[in-house]
Amino acid sequence: MSDDHDHHDGNDDHELRVSKIRDGTVIDHVRGGQALNVLAILGIDGTNGEEVSVGMNVPSNRFARKDIVKVEGRELSQDEVDVLSLIAPDATINIVRDYDVVEKHRVERPDVVEGVLSCPNAGCITTGDEPVTSRFSVLEDGVRCSYCETIVRDEIASLIDT
Amino acid sequence: MRHDHLITSKQLSRGDIETVLDYAAEIDADPSAVADRHTDTLLGLLFFEPSTRTKMSFETAMKRLGGDVVDMGSVDSSSVKKGETLADTVRVIEGYADGLVLRHPKQGAATMASEFVDVPLVNAGDGAGHHPTQTMLDLYTIRENAGLDDLTIGIMGDLKYGRTVHSLAYALTNFDAQQHFISPESLQLPREVVYDLHQQQDGTGIKEHDSLEEVLPSLDVLYVTRIQRERFPDENEYQKVAGEYQIDAETLEAASDDLTVMHPLPRVDEIAPEIDETHHAAYFEQAHNGVPVRMALLDLLLSDDRGIRGETDE
Ligand SMILES: [Zn+2]
Repeated sequence: MSDDHDHHDGNDDHELRVSKIRDGTVIDHVRGGQALNVLAILGIDGTNGEEVSVGMNVPSNRFARKDIVKVEGRELSQDEVDVLSLIAPDATINIVRDYDVVEKHRVERPDVVEGVLSCPNAGCITTGDEPVTSRFSVLEDGVRCSYCETIVRDEIASLIDT
Repeated sequence: MRHDHLITSKQLSRGDIETVLDYAAEIDADPSAVADRHTDTLLGLLFFEPSTRTKMSFETAMKRLGGDVVDMGSVDSSSVKKGETLADTVRVIEGYADGLVLRHPKQGAATMASEFVDVPLVNAGDGAGHHPTQTMLDLYTIRENAGLDDLTIGIMGDLKYGRTVHSLAYALTNFDAQQHFISPESLQLPREVVYDLHQQQDGTGIKEHDSLEEVLPSLDVLYVTRIQRERFPDENEYQKVAGEYQIDAETLEAASDDLTVMHPLPRVDEIAPEIDETHHAAYFEQAHNGVPVRMALLDLLLSDDRGIRGETDE
């Protein structure tokens, strides 16, 4: 399954659609159309002045179309990126320093995600004004609210707390 | 492990359940032996929705252990009406009491509240979620009447919204129990609950039905719950559906002579009054069992020298 030619941060035609970064994180192989959800789940909305470039529906060898997100000046930790597994399970994370990829890893499904999703159950205590951070345990095929125990299997991206 | 809070019956192992039930039986046999165990204890009652019966049962239990209660009163007269969060309310009342009992309309309320307090907190019902003390008194009643192993139980009525049913079903997976769930299709067990039951058991002990007829003869216990009018779009539909899940003396002709009939009460017309006088009826006994069972639970949670110690591997 090696398709390194597809996602090295090099001179690939596809990659050139999005500008190169000097230092930061490149999130590649995001399912087409999920890039904005990736930013939302990471809490990156540009208000802190981050330099972010997004490629959407870029042709890819692995998928018909993929999204790619580059965040300049910020190295995302494994914990930060693991929540991406909920919406972009095939994403690869490249840490870039001085234009070189120095680390490359995949996202892994965490056991729990906190403060990222909001519970869709209107009868859940977390949907009121309580000073509580949402918490979901991650199941094989979905997520489950740790408070009301509601299980969500489809459209997890719609739960992203923005 | 020691449990400091009682939130859901799922947290209780078979060992925990047996500890509580054995102790409840001991108390039931001689309540005076524990009458002084909690003479300095104050239990805070926080009922965010009315449930006079459950509240009285807790109050009776605490007083029979020698303690007393402080009651938040109704929501209308409290700070809650001014918009105070539950997290704030429990942190304030925690300062007055040695333990808290919480009933709240929102699911997960007890879990959240327990994260804000250091005193033991007992969930007395959280919306459509859990009601573990009801479960314990149900288990106690089943054990007294039919035994918890080699048990065939039918649970009938509103299985979708009935938290009593969900809690009981989880707890019974700890035992050698065959559970039959009998309901109209629109009021079947939520898929979440079925998922959990299958996680806890291999699934062979769980079957769903839309009619009582086929399983009634095999049952040791029939647990009936109320089907509420508001679950249906119109009166006709309600009458038609609910009528199929009511029992009377004639229904029970097909049942085993040893069948025990239970109901969490209050009932409306799910169980005909003519059954009350038969040896099948255990629902009033079930309600009375709430006191010794809650005494046992409170004593175990509030004492330093006793605790609910389970065999969980967590
Ligand atoms: Zn929830």
